Amino acid sequence: MTMKDKVAIVGMGCSKFGERWGLGVADLAIESAYEAFEDAGVGPKDIEACFVGQMYAPVGGLAGAQVADALKFHNIPVLRNENWCTSGHIALIQACMAVASGAYDVVMALGVEKLKDTGYPGLGTGRGMSPVYEARRTAPGSFSLIATRYFEQYGLSLEEGKQTIGKIAVKNHQNGLLAPKAHFHKAITLEDVMKAPIIAQPLGLFDCCGNSDGSACAIITRADTARTLREDPIYVKGFGVAMDTVLPHSRPNFNWTSFDALKTSSSKAYAMAGIKSPREEIDLAEVHDCFTITEMLIYEDFGFSAPGRAKEDIDAGFFELSGGLPVNTDGGLKCFGHPVGASGLRMTYEIYKQLQYKVDNPKRQVRNVKRGLAHTFGGGPQLSAVLIAGNEKG
Amino acid sequence: MKIGITSMGAYVPYYRISRTTIASAWERGALKGERSIANNDEDSLTMAVEAATNCLHDVNKQSVDVLYFASTTAPYAEKSSSGLIATVCDLQTAVSTADFSNCLKAGATALQAATNAVKAQAAKQAMVVAADCRISYPKSDQEQLFGDAAAALVIGSENVIAEIEFSATVNSEIIDVWRLAGEQYVHTAEERFAIEKGYTQSMTQVIRDILRKSGLNPKDISKVVLSSPGLKENVNLAKKMGFGETQIQDSAMLQVGNCGTAQPLLMLIAALEDAKPGDRILLAAYGNGADAFIFRVTENIVRMTPANGLKRYLTTKNLFSSYNRYLSFRELVEPVQGEPFRLFPSNAAYWRDQKSILRFYGSKCNNCGTSIFPINRICDTCGSKDNYEEKRFADRQGKVFTYSVDKLAGRSDDPVVIQTVVEDDAGVRYYLLMTDYDQAEVRVGLDVEFTFRKIYEGANYINYFWKCRPVRNGGDLL
Repeated sequence: MTMKDKVAIVGMGCSKFGERWGLGVADLAIESAYEAFEDAGVGPKDIEACFVGQMYAPVGGLAGAQVADALKFHNIPVLRNENWCTSGHIALIQACMAVASGAYDVVMALGVEKLKDTGYPGLGTGRGMSPVYEARRTAPGSFSLIATRYFEQYGLSLEEGKQTIGKIAVKNHQNGLLAPKAHFHKAITLEDVMKAPIIAQPLGLFDCCGNSDGSACAIITRADTARTLREDPIYVKGFGVAMDTVLPHSRPNFNWTSFDALKTSSSKAYAMAGIKSPREEIDLAEVHDCFTITEMLIYEDFGFSAPGRAKEDIDAGFFELSGGLPVNTDGGLKCFGHPVGASGLRMTYEIYKQLQYKVDNPKRQVRNVKRGLAHTFGGGPQLSAVLIAGNEKG
Repeated sequence: MKIGITSMGAYVPYYRISRTTIASAWERGALKGERSIANNDEDSLTMAVEAATNCLHDVNKQSVDVLYFASTTAPYAEKSSSGLIATVCDLQTAVSTADFSNCLKAGATALQAATNAVKAQAAKQAMVVAADCRISYPKSDQEQLFGDAAAALVIGSENVIAEIEFSATVNSEIIDVWRLAGEQYVHTAEERFAIEKGYTQSMTQVIRDILRKSGLNPKDISKVVLSSPGLKENVNLAKKMGFGETQIQDSAMLQVGNCGTAQPLLMLIAALEDAKPGDRILLAAYGNGADAFIFRVTENIVRMTPANGLKRYLTTKNLFSSYNRYLSFRELVEPVQGEPFRLFPSNAAYWRDQKSILRFYGSKCNNCGTSIFPINRICDTCGSKDNYEEKRFADRQGKVFTYSVDKLAGRSDDPVVIQTVVEDDAGVRYYLLMTDYDQAEVRVGLDVEFTFRKIYEGANYINYFWKCRPVRNGGDLL
């Protein structure tokens, strides 16, 4: 069964991302939810179920209850999703499925994360499930395993490799300058990237995304009634979610330069959306640039570039705002930071606004857009979620 | 029936510090040479595992039925260390284990107990492991003299390399070197008193006793192996007892230091490394009395390889550039710990998974042949459920497939963490931290071996697991 054009997004909200020391989880949820209510022209009483994406719930995983209390979502189900970096995205996909099933007509998906309350400057140590097998594992450490191997496999020197991924950082920072809600507004040069302190060799400071607080949310309804709420609903065209092993480290012959979860999640979403040639048919994409190497890997596993050929597209500026397939038009995780559970919905917010030609700064508006893709990649990394949306039916 | 040593294994940590470096931190005089320092992921137990591993290389582990561990610095005051070492070495569960502690001659005493067990036919092969990692007062002579090391011997009656011909023992009550329960630093009495009434008196008596028992004279002894609290005491005593310069076994005090319970056994291994069939070795170890042995080296000594000896460790080293590093590695100053793992360690999970965590077993699928670490109940390749053979991978070597040099994950005094994915010769992959490395030598393709270390602490107990380290041949990488 396909989900294509079954449900529509009729309202979205996104908080300012950053070090929001003065705001708690409840405040961030309220900030994004009330923008969405206004955008959709509905109120909290219209919401029949809420799907919450949050990774680091403060008390025993009680993120759903916290959001329900904040938004006074009484007497409705509020369910939490905690699939690492894909939490928000999967909460959104669950919301879509809930409406498509006929169980509800109007639901909310809300991602919120308050990383600055954890007391740690990074995403933390120990990214997996076992304190023994994954001791001292950090996010930069995990993703630099990919970079080391990519450079080795494709014969890039450390300098060449770093320059290639460094261009992704420069691009995303350039885009982020045009996004008012981003955490970081800082133009950087390739020289800045190359000279930055190393976090986990070969990844330097500018290869890593920031650590921020934020929230974003979406209101979903049936596609056939969406236009009663607004003239320009955004239709869900397809999605794909794939879980793979938490420890690809143990898998014989695993090459570390291509991930089955990325390939599977994108190809499922393409099939549902009826996309045959993503490089041509996707007009813009928000992909998981937790680290610059991750974005490069995604170009290849998503079919935007041929295997081993992402460097050519990067060098040609293909993914820049004015390129053939603009990627991370709002600056991505690089500029928004990565409040884990919120990111998938923040990316979808950018696609939603772009498809409506309503981005908050027209300077980054992409022209002639029909279909956009949002994507998160999390955990080991082994979990990938893709959602494709469009501004027209069919 | 000949009873004696059938195998041996030494271990000295990779790190050393020059005594000049210690002395200059205190603006005091330096003693000669350098001393060994255990890495901050090592303790007496992990060093014992290293020595035991070297010792067990060509030993049939199924017939090792006794394991004695001797140390004055066992990581647990209450909980078996010998039992843990036996588990990590993958010995049978029907192994009789005991911890010998508190006394500096505990290593030699454990050797006597092991010999008695084999003699009484209560044990077929008895392993003795001694290790120490002692702490001395800042600026003291002992701070420069102490060293960290381990030594292991197997005692049995088949393929004996050094028969135990005679033994003797002396008990002597004296407060010369001591540490109260719960204290960290070793106290020493006035040196002249301690050496004269402690070390010299007991050692003289036990050497006289064993020579009388054996009917041998100093000239009949090829090597005299005497534990030594300092740089010269063994030499002075041996000469006084009528032994010539060439008969005296070097104490390794200039390279390793006084490694407590391990010292006499480590020196014995060094003596055996240079011995030839027919040699007689006299060993005497001090600690509130003394134990002595006379060994007769057999033709089987030729079976021992450099892997069993001490020499290879003397050139495999990395010198600390500063005294501060010694202080923080021994936790004498407190570094800011790295961020703890978000999952709290679990006694139950650690117990449940010990076959992989401690014994380093993975699974090999009976259906498709895929091997994986740790043990997976369902094959990641073909999906077969509970259809596998358990295999120990600890003795394998591999190459770094990919790695990261993570500057976020470590503790404040040792911030760099190397995470690796290692592939062994059979294609099995491992996700392990690297230890005992020089950052400049870490690369894809580097040859590594597995080593048992402390991983982190966070539940009031020690979480041991395996790491990888570069394979070294002397000072060089393989």
